[in-house]
Amino acid sequence: MSDDNEQSRLIATAMNEGSPQARALGFTTLKIGDAMAILKVPYRPEIVGDPETGVIAGGVMTTLLDHASGQAVHAALETWTSIATLDLRIDYMRPAQPGRDVLARAHCYKLTRSVAFVRAVAYEDDPEDPVATAQATFMLDSSAGKKAGANLRPSKAPGAKTGGDAA
Amino acid sequence: MSDADNRLVAVLGSIPYARFLGVTAELAGDEMTAILPFADHIVGNPMLPAIHGGVLGAFMEMTALAQLSVAAPLKRQPRTVDVSIEYLRSGRPLTTYARATIKKLGRRVANVHVEAWQETRAAPIATLRGIFLVAPSEE
Repeated sequence: MSDDNEQSRLIATAMNEGSPQARALGFTTLKIGDAMAILKVPYRPEIVGDPETGVIAGGVMTTLLDHASGQAVHAALETWTSIATLDLRIDYMRPAQPGRDVLARAHCYKLTRSVAFVRAVAYEDDPEDPVATAQATFMLDSSAGKKAGANLRPSKAPGAKTGGDAA
Repeated sequence: MSDADNRLVAVLGSIPYARFLGVTAELAGDEMTAILPFADHIVGNPMLPAIHGGVLGAFMEMTALAQLSVAAPLKRQPRTVDVSIEYLRSGRPLTTYARATIKKLGRRVANVHVEAWQETRAAPIATLRGIFLVAPSEE
């Protein structure tokens, strides 16, 4: 893996600081570049899923793996373009260790003109001993023609809502 | 309140991450609707703005767990084996609802499908299919 490239680093910072949910969970990017990103979520009692065990909620893994996968896509692209998750499959191998931070490493292993393919793994110390693994696809240039604030405008007539315009 | 009501309230109240996201649920007979009120801290893309895909995934997984608790008394929280999420439409800054259908509740494994929507039930914004390990209570 080469050094972080500057553009990817800027995008990672914008995605962690600018995304309210990423900020609320305290995501940081430890490494980014070469179609690869490593992110961390710090352990906190508020994000636990099962209070009997103190294990971080599966849903937090979902958000971390989705976010890391998105950054891996940006680290694979030559220039910035909007992206949107098409689908995300997560396998949970074991509970995360209570009290420990969790890392996610994502690799965008294939780019086509309109789709990016990503694999990701969540772990505490060793990616070979994963908490969870993920496989995701992303639509590229997903907000083509959409402007900032597009979701604030009233939605189209109900009849038009099932006719495409995904994500 | 019915036993199912009590179990539902207990499950959602006991999950710190459900409180963090603000997830609640309503029960009509055996039909449960989970509710994710819009809040700034659940946004993923501030430009559109759109709810974080991970939050929608987490919300639907919780809906599945809550529906399982309504369906039967369980010894402990079900363990998620895997989930597969499809994103259909961008999550707008509105209240999101979700309903789960238990396709099969076996002795060890449950198969659950979930759909999330906002203004129009027939135009879901995301769906989830999950496999859960369950430990039914003995009685």
